[in-house]
Amino acid sequence: MTLSRRTHPRPLDVKNGRVDLTHGGGGRAMAQLVDELFVAAFDNEVLSQGNDQGAFNVPGGRMVMSTDGYVISPMFFPGGDIGSLAVHGTINDVAMAGAVPIGLSAGFIIEEGFPLADLERVVKSMAAASKAAGVPVMTGDTKVVEKGKGDGLFITTAGIGMVPPGIDISGDKARPGDVILVSGSMGDHGVAVMSQRESLGFETEILSDSAALHTLVAAMIKVAPGIRVLRDPTRGGLAATLNEIAVQSGVGMEIRETDIPIKPQVMGACELLGLDPLYVANEGKLICICGPDDAPALLAAMQAHPLGVDAKVIGICDQDPHHFVRMKTAMGGTRVVDWLAGEQLPRIC
Amino acid sequence: MKYIDEYRDGDLAQQLARSIAAEADTGRTYHLMEFCGGHTHAISRYGLEDILPANVRMVHGPGCPVCVLPVGRIDAAIWLAGQHSVILCTYGDMLRVPGSKRLSLLKAKAEGRDIRMVYSTLDAVKLAQANPDRKVVFFAIGFETTTPPTAVAIKQAQALGLTNFFVFCNHVLTPSAIAQILDSPEVRTLGTVKLDGFIGPAHVSTIIGSQPYEYFAEEYQRPVVIAGFEPLDVLQAVRMLVRQINENRFEVENEFSRAVTRDGNAKAKSLVAEMFELRKSFEWRGLGLVPYSALRIKEDYAGFDAERQWDVPKDSPPDNKACECGAILRGVKKPTDCKLFGTICTPENPMGSCMVSAEGACAAHWTYGRFRDTKAQEA
Repeated sequence: MTLSRRTHPRPLDVKNGRVDLTHGGGGRAMAQLVDELFVAAFDNEVLSQGNDQGAFNVPGGRMVMSTDGYVISPMFFPGGDIGSLAVHGTINDVAMAGAVPIGLSAGFIIEEGFPLADLERVVKSMAAASKAAGVPVMTGDTKVVEKGKGDGLFITTAGIGMVPPGIDISGDKARPGDVILVSGSMGDHGVAVMSQRESLGFETEILSDSAALHTLVAAMIKVAPGIRVLRDPTRGGLAATLNEIAVQSGVGMEIRETDIPIKPQVMGACELLGLDPLYVANEGKLICICGPDDAPALLAAMQAHPLGVDAKVIGICDQDPHHFVRMKTAMGGTRVVDWLAGEQLPRIC
Repeated sequence: MKYIDEYRDGDLAQQLARSIAAEADTGRTYHLMEFCGGHTHAISRYGLEDILPANVRMVHGPGCPVCVLPVGRIDAAIWLAGQHSVILCTYGDMLRVPGSKRLSLLKAKAEGRDIRMVYSTLDAVKLAQANPDRKVVFFAIGFETTTPPTAVAIKQAQALGLTNFFVFCNHVLTPSAIAQILDSPEVRTLGTVKLDGFIGPAHVSTIIGSQPYEYFAEEYQRPVVIAGFEPLDVLQAVRMLVRQINENRFEVENEFSRAVTRDGNAKAKSLVAEMFELRKSFEWRGLGLVPYSALRIKEDYAGFDAERQWDVPKDSPPDNKACECGAILRGVKKPTDCKLFGTICTPENPMGSCMVSAEGACAAHWTYGRFRDTKAQEA
């Protein structure tokens, strides 16, 4: 769950309004729903941290907990499926606090008539992903709904992890002068999923980047325990995630278009579909913000890890009361990189 | 990416910007209207205003098909979506456009109407094929670029013998809109809108060719340069316009020669002529009733015409009183002149159409350029 301190021009119309697809798109509409309904109702200190995981003290240290629902369509896509995604996504939300993931839960909501063979394929993929990551699924739940009351299969996973002593990573810790890094190319997951949508009919060799990032995070913490912010740019892509952090930390940002890694095939697919790759989801990439002194060592450590080979420094945080994320374009001009308005890609995770 | 990267070269852009600055006469201002939303979007997205000299001002035109559709036609589409057994499909941009009473197709969908986004008109035909017991209405919008695909869909539906495929036709014509702007009192007599030249449409011109603009250049004595939608295309077109203005020429020049010919796409034009005819007049948001500015389906294809199949409401509710979309679409006002801009009208909660489509002047400025406003306030 992502939230941040911000005001919205018009309050949520709870009396007459209805949930529409923009409320799940990772943009401002979703942020408003989360802020004004969920956070307001659940109101507590841990939730108010506004991160993708909640951190809290327990005897013997600091723990984090995170949960995520997976409704992706299509269920199987190049480079992964709903099962592996449900494992990677939640491990990543735990890892973005710098935590070592301990275990997962998995809840299945299955529609009557769903082929058992597909269910087996998904579950085996989840098991393989969890085994490879070394994070076991420790508990679970199964529900079946009548035909027509669900779309095949939805999965919810939750994860817990322990934060190593001395680590304090949170979305509100970016400061002017801090350096912004990304761990690799942007937009691969969203484009891989889109290419499988039957209505689009184009082929691409792009694979989803779906991966568990906790070992990359461990390698980064080793060289720079003072990392300020980590977050995985999933729904809403790089643009939405940077905007969340800018508001949460109360800073502005300036990034450079020419330094943002994007694969040519992803760029091509986005061109055809009228999408901006900065808004397309990733499932195996992270954004890191650190003090300027930590940046060189961090970049080297990221590039030395198989999941961070293409890591780059893409910009800096600065002082800006409006918390704009600005981008120097390749043309030499400047523009705002705004929140995503409306839904760009529905059901991408 | 080949054929794209070449037109997004930052060094070349800087060179072009320098030569525009060198050629532009510092003793005057150049007011250039980019007609198309595609150009508006490119100018904002690539931050081109930052690299143009201060005396070259871009005026945003009405060429955003989503923006110019009046509230009444949106309401009519929502009404159609509520008719018995109808599946209404349309391009993604249309879903969020507010009709009257703050309803939109997206909200109507949340209320249970069967409304679907399609990427292609042929997907709408497929939908009709797959749902023989439903009536599939394609909400067709756009300028000359999107009209041929609508014609192809009707052809295909006819070939397949479909009787459950209908088109709610809202296709409009570029030349009529340009004429309306040039004939407006603000441009002709009041002088409140200065227009020294036009950047002509890219994709529209691939269909209609460059020939239709020759009349404007001559009659209204304004140069037109047809340009592609890439940033270097726009900069090159600006340079060509500055040159024409300096030399007191008003010709139609074609920067987008890699795709546009003088006569356009003959096959597409004949298909459109076979299937559509001119409406006597059509309401445009911002421009009002514009004579002979839109198309409707010909009698021969009446069976595919949603407006003949249903008694579609013809109301034309007014825009929000404070909304300046009308003046913005005519180049009379800038987005920041509107009281609603960025306060209660944002891309998430658009009040006016210019805030909906990424090609609308308000959305482009809000999404990409608004950091300049706060700089100006603080200065």
